[in-house]
This record gives sequence, structure tokens and C-alpha cells, in this order.
Amino acid sequence: MTLFGLDLVIPLKLLIGIAVVLLPAGTTVYLYLFKAVSFMQSRLGPMEAGPYGSMQLLAEVGKSLQKEDIFPAKADRTVFAMAPYVVLMSTFLLAALVPFGPDAYFVDLDTGIFFALAVSSVSVVGILMAGWSSASKYSLLGGLRAAGQLVAYELPLVLAVVGVVIQAGTLNLQGIIAAQTGGEIFGWGAIGNPFILTQFVGFLIFMIAVQAELTQVPFDMPIAESELVSGYMTEYSGMRFLMFFIGEFATAAIFGFLGSVLFLGGWQIPPFVTDLLGIEADSNWFNVIGPLVMVVKMLVLTFVIYWVRFTYPRFREDQLQTFAWKFLIPLSLVNIAFTGLLKVVF
Amino acid sequence: MTAISDRRQLAYIAAQAADARVNVEIEAEGMTLNIGPQHPATHGTLRIVARLDGELVTDAEPMMGYMHRGYEKLTEVRTYPQVTTLINRIDWLGSFANEVPFILAAEQLMEIEAPARAQHIRTILFEMARIANVTLFLGDMGVQLGAVTPIFYAFRDREHILNQIESATGGRFHPNFDRIGGVKDDLPAGWIAETKTSLGKIRSFCDEMEDLLVGNAIFEARTRGIGVIPADIALSYGLTGANVRASGVDWDLRRDNPCGLSYDKVDWKVWTHPDGDSFARYWVRLQEVRESCSIVEQLLDTLPSGPIMAKVPRIIKVPEGEAYAETENPLGVMGYYVVSKGGLEPFRVKIRSASFSNMSITPWLLKGSYVPDVITILASLYFILGDIDR
Repeated sequence: MTLFGLDLVIPLKLLIGIAVVLLPAGTTVYLYLFKAVSFMQSRLGPMEAGPYGSMQLLAEVGKSLQKEDIFPAKADRTVFAMAPYVVLMSTFLLAALVPFGPDAYFVDLDTGIFFALAVSSVSVVGILMAGWSSASKYSLLGGLRAAGQLVAYELPLVLAVVGVVIQAGTLNLQGIIAAQTGGEIFGWGAIGNPFILTQFVGFLIFMIAVQAELTQVPFDMPIAESELVSGYMTEYSGMRFLMFFIGEFATAAIFGFLGSVLFLGGWQIPPFVTDLLGIEADSNWFNVIGPLVMVVKMLVLTFVIYWVRFTYPRFREDQLQTFAWKFLIPLSLVNIAFTGLLKVVF
Repeated sequence: MTAISDRRQLAYIAAQAADARVNVEIEAEGMTLNIGPQHPATHGTLRIVARLDGELVTDAEPMMGYMHRGYEKLTEVRTYPQVTTLINRIDWLGSFANEVPFILAAEQLMEIEAPARAQHIRTILFEMARIANVTLFLGDMGVQLGAVTPIFYAFRDREHILNQIESATGGRFHPNFDRIGGVKDDLPAGWIAETKTSLGKIRSFCDEMEDLLVGNAIFEARTRGIGVIPADIALSYGLTGANVRASGVDWDLRRDNPCGLSYDKVDWKVWTHPDGDSFARYWVRLQEVRESCSIVEQLLDTLPSGPIMAKVPRIIKVPEGEAYAETENPLGVMGYYVVSKGGLEPFRVKIRSASFSNMSITPWLLKGSYVPDVITILASLYFILGDIDR
């Protein structure tokens, strides 16, 4: 694809990549953080900017861009300035892996899910950098809490996914999707075999661990606005705060995508629908329908994240660790053993 | 160098030294964390200087006075009717309750007793102030523990009570309705029925909180066994109100000494809890809001007819003497010690506000807890900054 002799593929990919991160983040923030939550809390949410406040996000971004970029006097300036980029980097690396259709993906790695879970923990480095370099005690406490928490919940996250990998027999994300569409439950293949049915325990552990990875209530001790003001983000303002914000909510949306790939059949629709429509499971149509299907599934999963976030109080740090090490990890190990057993039997 | 600049310099050095003492960076024996004066959990300007070992609090000291407004001194240059305007602002969430004990003390000095209807109206508004105040606590506790939704329900449902207070007194927050010898006005027409509807809203709010927080496993894990105050410690630190009732002390001035208020004409119960932890304090307050609803309902049904004002001279001069009156306010026992030398203004007023005394237990209570528990304990002790710094 060229225009006036310029190769357009890379700029286009760049634009789409930014859109893949920003669009779902914007959608979920407006739909859920601004609106759905407001309705739960018997208020209207933003109503002034645009119809039903739909332009509120632009107003917020504009506000943040105008704000002064403040560095605390004793801050380690370089590290302080870099931290939000490191957090965002993890988000973009995750986004690059998500398949939206048979050909609509950026990279298709053989070790897809393994790579995804590995890069998702890069954000810990950014958070620790932010917490340490701010030269603020609240930030430091928040950063340390975040490090402890993200490391503790990385494990159940990985172990929850292992069950899916055993069932699908592949780490490749497209392969996992294909295994779900092509699968059948006791010989009945009308809806394929979305792993949420056979891996329900794994799905629950995955969602809980994602909630903790995203530092959302009930696992928001790193931010804990009633204790640590705003945790590792306390000293950030303007653009850099916005980057943390985007990182947080874009990652939420991308984990929604990953969850739908792993447990809800990804960009595929149930096989009986494809049969009715008379299209092949990997036809070109899915490059168009696929992203829409993915967004719908992602919206369902992220709704659960925000729903829980605005319902529960938060754990204490030690209770969180106990919950991870004494409950989630043993449970996911049992799940793996059970899945392995069934895999051998059937 | 002149004496003044000398003093300034000394003051500057002293301030620097104090700052250095408090703001020390990480040291061998731990870190000092200033919780406040600007901190979301202190809902006001309270400062807790906490020494930390990791997240364990080894020493905590509350520093008060950031919002001191000198009310005790200001009363000395105001006439008795003017004082109620001022003391409305002490506990700003349950304002009417602040006026009552002062008026009772002044009435004691003047040897006036309010007519039965006025006493009834006083008691009704007193309990409505309690509902408005404690309703907000029930939601705020959730916010402090990380659940943001309850506070919105609290604001929503408190509005019904505030509307009723407004339509009766003219002021949403600061009614200034109590007068020496009675109350300012009679209740407006239709008020009783409307109030009963709004009490129903509060009752359903209490049920909602019971579902959302009390029955929540995380809430219980965060509050049960946190900040336990044994009964004898509670009494020795001068704790009052729901804080002491949550430690199992069956002591409520509304029942034990209802002078000037009509609590003895109602059938009600004092709630206590044996545990003395943060959960008990929340639970007791939740039950008390329900009890207040039933008290107000019964009082509305038995409202006697008659005048709302005793015979009081046009210009209020209080004879020489001393009087102390106290009531069971939303935050605890509030008392006014009024000294009069005869004349228009009080000679001296000492205000015993509940939150100030309740705060005194914090160094004992916070020692050995974790930073998140500090927030839980402070929230469950329930103080209003205006009530600490008068």
C-alpha cells in the first residue's frame, strides 16, 4: 500500500495500534466509569459535555494536557519522567498480541499467552519507579504495596491460564480460539467449547487475578485513596497522570480482550451461527465481524471488573497476600491437576 | 539585632527543628508518616503523626487545632440568643443537637422550663439531627474502606431528612431553632406525614447498608477485631456515645438523664455490643439510626398540643450563677458549662465536645496497628473536625 511513493503500512499499523489501546479504554471509561457506575450510585454522571456527557473524555484529556507538569523538589527527575512510559509500554505490548480476526492481528506468536502474561508484569517496574522516584512517603508505600501485590497475583493469573492451555494444547492465541470453536462438549458442537464452561474455576481465578493485576477494588491497596492519597500516582499531574490513567484503563480493556480470547471464544461466534450464515469459520468476513465480536465480549468482562470495583470494600495488604497464597494458588493448582487428569482420560 | 527579629529568628529555628523532627526521612528506627493535615481520611484538618516500622504503626500522636475557631471565647461577646448561631457550627452534620445543651444550661440558670410541646419538638429535631449525622457515617465508613458507593446512598437518603429539617426550621444544616424557653416556631402543616415518609427512606437505607457492608466478608475482615477498646479503657479515656456502647457499656444519657427532653415518654432501647471493635462501633450506630427513626415516629404520634414557648422576658438577662447541661449528641456526650455574672452575655462557656475526648484514645489505640487499620479505626471512632477544634 503506497501513497505518493510513501509506504503506508507502518504508519497505518501505528495508528491502528494507538486506536486499539485508546478506543477500548475510552469506551469503557465513558460507558462504565462515568455512566454505569453513576447509575449504580444513583447519580447521572457527566451530562454537560456533549449529549449525555459523551464528550466528557475529550474535556478531561484537554484539561490534563493544559495542566502544569509538576516535578516534586526532591524527585529523581529522569526516573520520575520515565515511569508512566514504562507502564504504557506494557499496555502497548499487550495490545499487540490480541487477535481480532483470522488476519486482523499485529503479531501472532507461537507462545502468545506466555508472552502476554510476561509483558503484563513490565508495568510493575514502572510503578516501582514512580513510587520510588516521587520522594513521597505515600508514593513509596504505594509502590511497594503494588510490587508485592502484582508479584503475588502474577502466579494465580498464570496458573489459571495453564488449564486453558492444557485443554487447547497450544499457547498460540489463534490456536486457543480455534480449539474453542472446533471443540465439542460430549459430542455436541453447536456452540463449540468456550472454555468458560469447562474451565469455570480457571475463569474465576483469572478474573480475580486480573482485578488484582489492574489494582482495582477490592485489590486497590497500591492506590487506596483513603489511606495513601493516590499511592504511586500521588505526585503526578497533567499529562503524566493521564498516561497512568490510560495505562490503567487500557490494560483493563486489553485484559478483557485476553479473557474473551481465553474463555469466550475470541473473535469467533458460535459454530451454529456460522453454519446458519453459511460462512467458513476462518473466512474473510471475520476480519470485519471479529473486532466487533471482541469488543462486545470485552465489554461484558470489563463490566464485571467495574461492577466489582464499585461494590466491594478493599482488602488489607496481608489479607490480600493470604488470599493469593493460601487460597487462589492452591485452588488453581488443583484445577490444573484436575484438567490434566481429564485430558488424559478423555 | 533587635529583640523582635531575634525572637523571629528563634521562632524560625524552632519551627525548622520541629519540622525536622517530624519530617525525618527513613531512619534506623523507622519512618514518620504525616497522615494529614490534608489527607482524604481525616475529612478535615486533623494530623496524625505516625511512626512506622514497615506498615506497622509503632507510635501515633494526633495533632489538633488546625481548625480552632475560638468558640468558647467568642461566646463571651455574644448575647445568649446569639450564641446558638455560633455553636451550630461545632458538629456541622448534626447542628441542632449542638444548640440543645447550651439552651438547657441557660434555662437552668434562668429557672425556666420549656412547655411540653416545645420539649417534644426539640427531641424530634434532636433525633433527626442524629439521623442526618450518623447516616453519613454509615456511608463514609465504606469510603474509608474503599467502597465508594455507600456514601452516595447516604447523601441521597440524608437529603430526605435535611429537607424535613429545612421545612421545619428554615436551615438545612444550621437551623438555629432552639430558643431559651422553647423553640422558634411550631411545626408546619403536613410536616408530620412527610417526616414519616422520609423516615421510611432512612430505614430502607439502613437495610441497604446491612446488605452492602455489614454482611460483606471483606468488610467484616477489615473491621472485626480491629481497634478493640475494652470497656474499662474506654471509660478511662473519657469515650462517650456509640464508641463506649460498642464496648459493652450500657450508658446513654438519653435514657439515664433526659432532663428537658422527652425521651422518657417513648419506648426505646439502648443498643450495645460486647466486642468493642470497629465492627461493633459501626453496628451499634446502624442500630441507633433505626432506633432514632422509631423514637421520632413515636414522638410524632404523641405530640401534645399547647404553647411552644414559655414566658420569657423580651431581653434575656441571665442571673448570676453556674450551670452544666449535657446531652447525648450524635458523636457522644456534649456538655456546656455556663458561668454567668448576670447580664446579656455569658461570662465564660466551657464546651465539652464528644470528638475531642474520643480522639484522646488514638495514641493508645493506633499503636501496633497497620496503616490501613489506622484509617479503619479513625473512621469507626467517628469524629467531626469542628467537634474536635471548637
